[in-house]
Amino acid sequence: MSLSTKAVKKSPWVFHVNTGACNNCDIEIVDLLTPRFDVERLGIKLVGSPRHADALLVTGVVTAQAAPRLKEVYKQTAKPCVVFAIGACACGTGIFHKGYHVVGPVDKIIKEIDPDAIIAYVPGCPPKPEAIISGVVKAISIL
Amino acid sequence: MSNQMQVLFWILVFPGFAFTAGLGLFASWLVRKVSALVQYRVGPPFLQPFWDVRKLLSKEVLVPQDANKWVFIGAPLVGLAGVLLLSTLLGVAAFWPQTTFVGDVIVAIYLMVLPSLALILGSSASASPHAAVGTAREMKLVLGYELPLVLAFIVVIIKSGGALGLAAIAEATPVASISGVIAFLASLLCIHAKIGYVPFDMAEAETELGSGVLMEYSGGLLALWNLTSAMMLVTLPMFLVVVFLGGFEATPVGIIIGWLKYVGVLVLIILIKNTNPRVRIDQAMRFFWVWCGLALIAAISLATVGNIYGIGWL
Repeated sequence: MSLSTKAVKKSPWVFHVNTGACNNCDIEIVDLLTPRFDVERLGIKLVGSPRHADALLVTGVVTAQAAPRLKEVYKQTAKPCVVFAIGACACGTGIFHKGYHVVGPVDKIIKEIDPDAIIAYVPGCPPKPEAIISGVVKAISIL
Repeated sequence: MSNQMQVLFWILVFPGFAFTAGLGLFASWLVRKVSALVQYRVGPPFLQPFWDVRKLLSKEVLVPQDANKWVFIGAPLVGLAGVLLLSTLLGVAAFWPQTTFVGDVIVAIYLMVLPSLALILGSSASASPHAAVGTAREMKLVLGYELPLVLAFIVVIIKSGGALGLAAIAEATPVASISGVIAFLASLLCIHAKIGYVPFDMAEAETELGSGVLMEYSGGLLALWNLTSAMMLVTLPMFLVVVFLGGFEATPVGIIIGWLKYVGVLVLIILIKNTNPRVRIDQAMRFFWVWCGLALIAAISLATVGNIYGIGWL
């Protein structure tokens, strides 16, 4: 394993993108930063700008309004980066399947601009914080 | 020739780049770890700041389409160069006091503003609206804290009998007097704002501006900013140690005591960071100009009176 791969594993900074989620997954993501789960001990940090991020935590079905923004945010993220589809909606549009406003899911939109994007899925409605940590660890271990 | 080698050694190894960057990364780990402990968290592992910088160096560098490319790329280099020169100047004054020159304290005050100035330049060249708000706040903040900082150094210079060299100032211990204590506390808050920690982090303001001034920086350029702020975490408290607390004496015990003073200043900074919420920019300006300004004018008067009548503790 090269030093730069190891460095990415040791400090994955994440940026949170909401593409029309009901806020439940967002609450679980914020839970990760609380003292109970404390992902900073794994080097994971929530950053305020996609340019700093190594991973995008995308929640929500990707509405027609949010799709161009999601693409824009993905383009602005410094590569290499991983996209996490957090929750049932982001993984496969969930109960909003075939809704008039839904153009997602996340992987479809991301693959429109980058077919080689690395996408990890964390299902659940909402996924438990443990599930999100487990997803991040699994995605990192295949790098 | 050996003289040039000596200067290169000073700049690149000790007390310049290698030493200051290493110690700075350690100090920034300490800040994060203690902050985590204050919040009942475990906190990052010991090598975390190193891994952060290493990772950023291997990432893609994105330059915004509308940015002024050369200013955007050059600014972090200028910032790093400024803090590097400052740390070299300070370290040489602290450990080789016979080689300094008269007036280096003024040079140090100029060099101290260079990283903030580079940050203002770089972020305003990035053509991002978030960064523009951050730039405006950073500019106001610089205007705010420079005045009390210079006033505090005037107190120091009066207390040390008009000396303008860091080595001469380090021999006097201004903090052992009323005016010195006031000046020390005010300049502690000024360097707190210079490092950009809560309560004076309104230029970065993660929660409202994304990351404000650093918003558009990515990859290696962000790594340079990270290194710059880590080095500031060494250099600025060291500056206070040299100027106010008597610096490093040339004995082994004196050097250990000097480092203990540095750790003490760092702990004070961490405590202020963790016990205060962010203030608004207008509150910060009023705080620095009115309250710190008035306190320092009182300190200057006390120091002058003490100097005229030969009362050391004033």
